[in-house]
Amino acid sequence: MSTPAKTGAFEGHKKLERNVTLLAALTLGVVAIGGIVEIAPLFWIDNTIEKVEGMRPYTPLEQAGRDIYIREGCYVCHSQMIRPFRDEVERYGHYSLAAESMYDHPFQWGSKRTGPDLARVGGRYSDAWHVQHLKAPREVVPESIMPSYAFLAETPLKVPDVAANLTALRHVGVPYSDKDIAAAANDLEAQANPEADAGDLATRYPKAQIRDFDGDPGRVTEMDALVAYLQMLGTLVDVNSAAAQEQLSKGDQGR
Amino acid sequence: METVVKRLGMWALVLMASIAAIALTPDSGFAIHMGIVGLVAVILIVATATSYDPLAKAQSIFRMPPGPGRYDDDPVRWGVIATMFWGIAGLLVGVVIAAQLAFPQLNLEPYLNFGRLRPLHTSAVIFAFGGNALLATSFYVVQRTCRTTLALPGTARFVFWGYQLFIVLAATGYLLGITQSKEYAEPEWYVDLWLTVVWLAYLAVFVGTILNRREPHIYVANWFYLAFIITIAMLHVVNNLALPVSPLGAKSYSAFSGVQDALTQWWYGHNAVGFFLTAGFLAMMYYFVPKQANRPVYSYRLSIIHFWSLIFLYIWAGPHHLHYTALPDWAQTLGMVFSVMLWMPSWGGMINGLMTLNGAWDKVRTDPIIRMMVLALAFYGMSTFEGPLMSIKAVNSLSHYTDWTIGHVHSGALGWNGMITFACVYYLVPRLWNRERLYSLRMINWHFWLATLGIVFYASSMWVAGITQGLMWREYGADGYLVNSFVDTVEALHPMYILRAVGGLMYLSGAIIMAFNIAMTIAGKLREEAAMGETAHDETADRPLPPLTAQPAE
Repeated sequence: MSTPAKTGAFEGHKKLERNVTLLAALTLGVVAIGGIVEIAPLFWIDNTIEKVEGMRPYTPLEQAGRDIYIREGCYVCHSQMIRPFRDEVERYGHYSLAAESMYDHPFQWGSKRTGPDLARVGGRYSDAWHVQHLKAPREVVPESIMPSYAFLAETPLKVPDVAANLTALRHVGVPYSDKDIAAAANDLEAQANPEADAGDLATRYPKAQIRDFDGDPGRVTEMDALVAYLQMLGTLVDVNSAAAQEQLSKGDQGR
Repeated sequence: METVVKRLGMWALVLMASIAAIALTPDSGFAIHMGIVGLVAVILIVATATSYDPLAKAQSIFRMPPGPGRYDDDPVRWGVIATMFWGIAGLLVGVVIAAQLAFPQLNLEPYLNFGRLRPLHTSAVIFAFGGNALLATSFYVVQRTCRTTLALPGTARFVFWGYQLFIVLAATGYLLGITQSKEYAEPEWYVDLWLTVVWLAYLAVFVGTILNRREPHIYVANWFYLAFIITIAMLHVVNNLALPVSPLGAKSYSAFSGVQDALTQWWYGHNAVGFFLTAGFLAMMYYFVPKQANRPVYSYRLSIIHFWSLIFLYIWAGPHHLHYTALPDWAQTLGMVFSVMLWMPSWGGMINGLMTLNGAWDKVRTDPIIRMMVLALAFYGMSTFEGPLMSIKAVNSLSHYTDWTIGHVHSGALGWNGMITFACVYYLVPRLWNRERLYSLRMINWHFWLATLGIVFYASSMWVAGITQGLMWREYGADGYLVNSFVDTVEALHPMYILRAVGGLMYLSGAIIMAFNIAMTIAGKLREEAAMGETAHDETADRPLPPLTAQPAE
C-alpha cells in the first residue's frame, strides 16, 4: 500500500481494515443484495410462471427415468430449453414455457448442446429408435459422438422405495395425491409391463403412455424408464392452444 | 493418554455408524461412500493407536517441525502437494473427455462415460486443484500478513483433511452416478453437509488468525480471501437446499423447481466463478505478485474500489446464463447490465496487478515466475472482457449452448487460475521446504510455453467450433428451410475437437514438467543449469583481433 489516503471515504475505510467483524458483516451484506433482488421476487411475482393446461407431476416410471437421466449426466450435453428463435422453434418445436418445468426438482434446462435439445423430443421417434440409439448411437446416427448406454437395457429397474421418492417430491411442492403415493410401486411396474393392471394410472396421470418401452416385455428395465421419460418430454402441454391464447391476448391489447 | 482413548472411541463410533449405514442402505453408491468414510475412520484409528501424537509423526514425514518461533506451515505444505496431485488428475480427466468428444469409442460405459466424467473433470480442477491452492495460499498469506501463527491449528488440519475427504466423496460419487445435476454443485446432500462443516471450520481458522493479528490493518489479500470464504458459504448452503429421500440413501430432490431452481443454480454457478475462481485468486495476486516483483501494490485506493465494486456487482450477473430462456425478461436484462458493468472492476483489478510491476518490468524477461503472473493477469483481463461481451443478449443468442462458452471458461481457468496457481506454487515450494532455489528455472520456461501454446490451441479451436456451430444452427437456405441437421453441425466440429484435445495435452504436459520440478525441489536436488537472463560470457572470445599484417596481393 504505497500512499495512504488522507481524506474522505478512503479514510473511513480504515475502520473496516481494523475490524474483521465489521469487514465480514459488511461483505456479507454487500454480496447478499444481488441475490435477494433477483431471486426472491421469482417466488412471489405471479406472472413468473404463466399457468398452462395439461401440466401434471411425472408418473413414478417417468420420474425414475428422469433420475436415470440425471445420474448419467445427460444434462451435460442436452438442453431442455428451446429459445424463442425462428431456427430453434423450427428445429425443436414451440419455445419452452416456464410452467413446463414447474415440477422439475431439479431443473434440467442444461447449458450446452453437444447433442440436440430434448425439451420436446417426446413422440418424435419410435421407442425402438430410442432403444437402438441408446444401445449403439452410431448404428442409428453414424456421425453421433454420444456414448452408448447398452447397460440400461440389461439393468432391471430398481427403485428402493418408490413411494418415498414421491413423498419427498410432495414435500418440496409437487402435488402428488395420497392415492398416487399409495399406488406408486404398482404404477411404476404397470406403466411398462403390458401384463400388469395399470388401474386408474391414466386418469391420475393424463396422457401417460402405458406400454412396454424397451422391446423386452418380460421385465422392467432402466431402459424402460428412460425411454418412458424421453417419450413424454414436451407432450403434456398443448402449446398450440397456448399460442392461440397469445393471439387472443394480443387482440385484447389492440382493443 | 485419555485424549487418545477419547479419539479412538470417536473414530470407532464413526466406523460403526458407517458399517450400519452400509448394512441398511439399499443404495449401492451410498454404501460405497459410507465404506470410504469407514476406511478413513480405520486409518484414523490406526494412526491414533500407533502414535500418541499423530501430529509429530506427520511433521516428521515432511522433516520440518516448526519451532515455537515459526509459522505453522504443515497444512500449507500438504496443500501444495494436494494442489499438484489434484491438478494433474483434473487435467488428465480433461484430456480424456476432450478425446472422447473427438473419438466417442473412448467412452467406457457406464462408469467412464462422458456424462459422468465431465463433472469429475470440472470439480477436480475447480474444487480440488483450485480449492487446495486457495486453502494452502490463504493459510500461508494470512499468517504472514497478520504476523501470527494459525489460530486453532488442530482445526486447520481438520479443514485440510476434511476437504480431501469431500473431494474423494464427490469424485467417486460422479463415477457411481451420485449427482444432483446442478453444475459445479453436483455432490449429494450428505457430502454437501460435510463440506458445510469443513467450510465453517475454515472460516473459524481464517477469522481467528485475523483476530490474533499483530498488525493493525488487515491486508487487502485477506479481504478477498474473507469475501471468498463467506460468499461461498452463502452460495453453497442456499443452492444445495434439498430434501433427501431417505437418511440412508444418496438421492435427494432440490427444494426449488424450474425457473426458481434455474436462477438459484446460476446465481450459485456464476458466483462460484466470481468468488471461488476470482476473489480467492485475486487474493493470491495481491500477495504473491508484489512479493515476487518486490514492489508495493500499485494503488491502495484502487484496491478498495476494486474490492467493493467487484463483490457487489458479481452477484447480480448470474441470469446471463439464462438468456432467452423461460426466466422472466427483467431478470435477464438485469443480469446482462450488471455483467457489462462488471468489466470495470475486473479490469481495475488487472490494472492494479499489472501496474505493481512498474519499475520491475525487466523481470518479465529474466524471471519466469513473474512472466507466468503477467500472463495470468493478461488472461484474466481477456476473459473478463470476453465474459461481458458474451453476456450481451444478441451475442449470447449465438454463443449460448456452443463451445464458445467452453473456450471462454478455459481461457479463464487455464490462463488465469492455472497460471497464477503455478506461479504461486513455484514461489512457495523453495520457501516451504527451505531450499536454496527451485530444482530448475529453465523447466518453468518449458512449462510456461507449453501451457501458453496449449491455451492458444484450446481457446482458438473453441472459438471456431462455437461460432461455426452457432451459425450453422441458424443457417437458412434460399428455399427458406434450415440448411443443417443437428448432426451436420456435430460432424463439422470434429477437427476442432482434435485440436482442442492437443491443446489440453500440451497444457497437461507442462503441468507434468512442473510436478517433476517440484518433486525434485522437495527432494533437495538442484539442476545444474545456466542462470536465466544473464548474457553468456565466453572468456576465450574476449580478445582483440590479431594485428593487421600486410598480405601479398593476389
